[in-house]
Amino acid sequence: MSIVGTRVVRQEDQNLITAGGTYVDDLRAEALSGAAHAVFVRSPIAHARIGGIDVSEAKAAPGVLGVFTAADLGLGPHAAGPVEEPWLAGEVVRYVGEPVALVLTEERYQLADAAELVDVDYEPLDAVASIDAALDGETLLYPETGSNIVQVNGMAEFDDAIFEGCDVVVTQTIANQRVAPAPLEVRGASLAWGEDGRLTAWLSTQNAQIARSQLAGSLGVGEESVRVIAPDVGGGFGAKIGADPEATVLGWAAKRLGRPVRWVESRSENLTSMTHGRAQLNTVTIGGKRDGTVLAYRLDVVQDAGAYPRTLFLPTLTELMAVGVYRFPKVQTRSRAVVTNTTPIAAYRGAGRPEATAAVERAMDLFAAELGLDPADVRRANFIRPEEFPYRTPTGAFYDTGEYAAALDKVLDTAGYAELRAEQRRRREAGDPVELGLGIAAYVEITGGDGGGESGRVDIHPDGSVVAWTGSSPHGQGLGTSLAMLLADRLGVPLEKITVRHGDTDEVPKAIGTFGSRSLQLGGSAIRQAADEVIAQARELAANLLEAAPDDLELDVERGVWQVRGAPSSTVLSWAQVAETATGGKLTADVWFGDGQPTFPFGAHLAVVEVDTETGKVELRRIIAVDDAGPIVNPLTFRGQRHGGLGQGAAQALLEVVTYDEDGNPTTATLADYSFITAVELPDFELVDMATPTDRNLLGVKGIGEAATIGSTPAVHNAVVDALSARGVKHLDMPTTPIRVWAALEETAKGNAQ
Amino acid sequence: MIPASFQYTRASTVDEALAFLASHGDEAKVLAGGHSLLPLMKLRLATPEYLVDIGPLDELRYVRLEGDEVAIGALSRYSALVQDPVLREHAPLLAHVSGEVGDRQVRHRGTIGGSLVHADAAADLPAAVLASDAVLVARGPEGERRIPAAEFFLGPFTTPLEPAELLTEIRLPAQTGQGWGFQKFTRRSLDWAMAGVAVAGGRVGLVNLGGVPLRAMATEEALAAGASIEDAAALAAEGTNPPDEPHATAAYRRHLARVLTRRALQAASRS
Amino acid sequence: MKVSIEVNGRPVTEEVPDRTLLVHFLRDTAGLTGTNIGCDTTSCGACTVLLDGESVKSCTVLAAQADGHAVTTVEGLAGADGSLHPVQRAFREQHGLQCGFCTPGMIMASVSLLADNPKPTRDEVRAGLEGNLCRCTGYHNIVSAVIDASGQEVDR
Repeated sequence: MSIVGTRVVRQEDQNLITAGGTYVDDLRAEALSGAAHAVFVRSPIAHARIGGIDVSEAKAAPGVLGVFTAADLGLGPHAAGPVEEPWLAGEVVRYVGEPVALVLTEERYQLADAAELVDVDYEPLDAVASIDAALDGETLLYPETGSNIVQVNGMAEFDDAIFEGCDVVVTQTIANQRVAPAPLEVRGASLAWGEDGRLTAWLSTQNAQIARSQLAGSLGVGEESVRVIAPDVGGGFGAKIGADPEATVLGWAAKRLGRPVRWVESRSENLTSMTHGRAQLNTVTIGGKRDGTVLAYRLDVVQDAGAYPRTLFLPTLTELMAVGVYRFPKVQTRSRAVVTNTTPIAAYRGAGRPEATAAVERAMDLFAAELGLDPADVRRANFIRPEEFPYRTPTGAFYDTGEYAAALDKVLDTAGYAELRAEQRRRREAGDPVELGLGIAAYVEITGGDGGGESGRVDIHPDGSVVAWTGSSPHGQGLGTSLAMLLADRLGVPLEKITVRHGDTDEVPKAIGTFGSRSLQLGGSAIRQAADEVIAQARELAANLLEAAPDDLELDVERGVWQVRGAPSSTVLSWAQVAETATGGKLTADVWFGDGQPTFPFGAHLAVVEVDTETGKVELRRIIAVDDAGPIVNPLTFRGQRHGGLGQGAAQALLEVVTYDEDGNPTTATLADYSFITAVELPDFELVDMATPTDRNLLGVKGIGEAATIGSTPAVHNAVVDALSARGVKHLDMPTTPIRVWAALEETAKGNAQ
Repeated sequence: MIPASFQYTRASTVDEALAFLASHGDEAKVLAGGHSLLPLMKLRLATPEYLVDIGPLDELRYVRLEGDEVAIGALSRYSALVQDPVLREHAPLLAHVSGEVGDRQVRHRGTIGGSLVHADAAADLPAAVLASDAVLVARGPEGERRIPAAEFFLGPFTTPLEPAELLTEIRLPAQTGQGWGFQKFTRRSLDWAMAGVAVAGGRVGLVNLGGVPLRAMATEEALAAGASIEDAAALAAEGTNPPDEPHATAAYRRHLARVLTRRALQAASRS
Repeated sequence: MKVSIEVNGRPVTEEVPDRTLLVHFLRDTAGLTGTNIGCDTTSCGACTVLLDGESVKSCTVLAAQADGHAVTTVEGLAGADGSLHPVQRAFREQHGLQCGFCTPGMIMASVSLLADNPKPTRDEVRAGLEGNLCRCTGYHNIVSAVIDASGQEVDR
């Protein structure tokens, strides 16, 4: 029996559960002995001109090895985005948390004492602290550009003709609020220049190879002069893609000081200086017939890019995925990205697709509510049908496979949807102050959508052991175990003999790494391709040894031996025996899987909430989920990815939001203030399995890393609005915190009283 | 995040602690469990020059029934109080509230005296001792004095304790068999209360309804005059001036105070 | 000051600054980097260790306060022969960890929880771990792991 598809506990766990892993701050490598400790002095003001920086007192503090500002840096321009982000702010600061100086000391405990002594003269400017203020344009972050809008995509002007012939048209502006990725391990780096002039950088990153190229470019050295190693990484969620600007400044400082440097940020720094996610303001307009058929849909996206747009793919990806699982005949989209005096925005689990899904799934509920129809029925009436695949959406996405109605039906059956609706009615009739709410979300997303490939290498040694190198960079997903399972299955080698390595650019020079749920479909396909190349090599060698034609040879994967087909009693060869005869002393294949096309995982979620209408408190009682990502390699980690996604997605709907006051001061800069969800606020998850394969990679698999995050946010959000619907609430923005629920009820109560 | 430098001293007796405080007065802070003080020091919101650690003083860890009063040593930890059989029987509100503070780890370290001396209006215990009609016993160079809870919380993080004084004991009339109730409203379980209500007998203590822990006097008076729970609870926010923040406005906190007071009074009437 | 702490059964004595936090004493003085730091505000629980057998957040305890006491970290749980503690075994078996960063604290908090409540319900586990944040698992399998470690059947 194949090991693929069976529950396998992770190979990754042993060191994590007995020694707590080896994260970047845990490194005790010889190369780092005598390292200086580093801290960035960061702006406490959202927008200000820097009148001057006095570092003299800080330089005299105990243990200080160096204090550097923009004036000291000998670095080239920071090529990213439509406006240039300084490595250290020298003239203007544009968000609270922006680095303005770097302090290095002998001891870690000396850092904060010295950093306090760096005296920066800030001359405050008006701050742009919201999307509305950015669009308003009264204050500009970059006056020379004449606008706070840094990117426009899609239609310049909308054409209302698409809504002609609609019985009903509903429009709503929906905030997809800014959230903090908040991996439990904050950012950290340790860097050492060797006597050979090479830099070794241990980074908490999802992409060692991208980071290597970035560091080489920014430090002005060749790629061969930089080695990046990703040790254990304590979560990334999209916010640890490549290397952040801090790493470059630290690399420069290590060279300048002539000694290694180590840096780990504080959580407060993390919450203001690591990129945030989401941060869109989306206006949906949906129109259709009284029977629930949608005729036209419009999505107008405004992306808050933060002070320095480090990436601008989010709003356009949201446009690409605008229609979700629906066959809308007419569609219009537009996106604008604006700069604000806030922390830069980049990828966060889902990155562009959750925003599209949240918009269209709220739109479907608003449309259903306006018509007085059940939201499940309205969805069924508009799903893209199985026979329509592959399906090209009006916005240009090319879906591979989908069973959208089946996914929803499975979820509703498992949940007991009719009975839940009956319970909701009973409570309403009884005047129960605790309302029941049911929220549906049907979603499709895109994984491996970056268009790049991935590397894979497989070696088989004469002792029979297998070592594989993946260009993917897992940091909690359990991909190492999944890849080992794929190899065990393909090669007929037991798991214990297989080692999977990753995250060191000297071992894996060419790779893209982990983001966008690409790893299994691309990294996994690469490993499969490498395994097949090794098998092809072995076939030739075994044929030679057994004096048979290569085509007559077969690999018996049950026993892990080579034999002549049709002659099972004859001599067999183990992998070890074959590897022994290979030139170079081992079988090896090093491949680039470049054929992978994007895939489109999909699913349906139902959330059940109780809302205490006296206090506004929402309790998430159940969440039932189908997340279809094709064939399942390891159900244990597959379900783990879904659990995590459900939790993070629900957290956005219920609790999490990064907030600023009107002057751009962050008000959620610690984990005491930022509502990171706990075990108490989440229920046990009810997972329903479905597996619809794709034909767009060697394994038939789609990505699962982000899927559940994408579905759960609108499911929970819709459930809260559904709970309040009988009391006149039609919409309320996320997060659905107690005060917002209470305020919405107060508002409708006032309306009813008039 | 690391505290600014300080000098650490460990006291092995109450007298030793008092002697240290007498000589170092304003520059010293008393370290009990540290779960109010150390977080402030790590953020450098507090930068004392000296810390005198009274943690080892086991003589201040006890719960005793003395006649019709319960006496609680100031260094009693929450985790001990929540399980203490004497407290559970004779001061069930305090025992229960001790189990609602922070999380398990915090309750293993935090002390009742530490919380009261910190005098944070957002903390649970001050409202509970107010509702319990407690008396706080302090020792200083002049000897011992007793301060009613109602006179202890003077302002935000301000108490009548002198720099050289130490809170040593909390005394309260036994509430054996009396009704009690506690309601704490948070976004997440581990958050500080947006609002909270502690009820013991006819007294109602309020969490986070102003700069200091408060009694809901209008509610108490209405109850004493025979008003219904609903009518009395509707007065719970009278005279309060709660903090006004985006995630919990003053109006919302007042609303919560009324709802929670009703619920706490109902629980008290059932217990 | 001179601080002496029995860490995982081994005495560690060192002269450290008075302001040294227990977590830094463990990581930098005792050399045990299993205990992680995830926040500044006593919120996340990643640094949870046992102090005289009770779970505490070692970022909010001075090393000086632990002077003369016994601390157990994640490195001290497994047997001398490498056999896993039941909570460690259950976290692996139930996939109660992903990135692993919260795991040492989560495991130590779970050990403490089970010491007080040997057969908790799933809701009791959730309440008992409210002081430990995890970004990866959605907590479902962490709850299952604690249930498993308690000898009860995991039914979801």
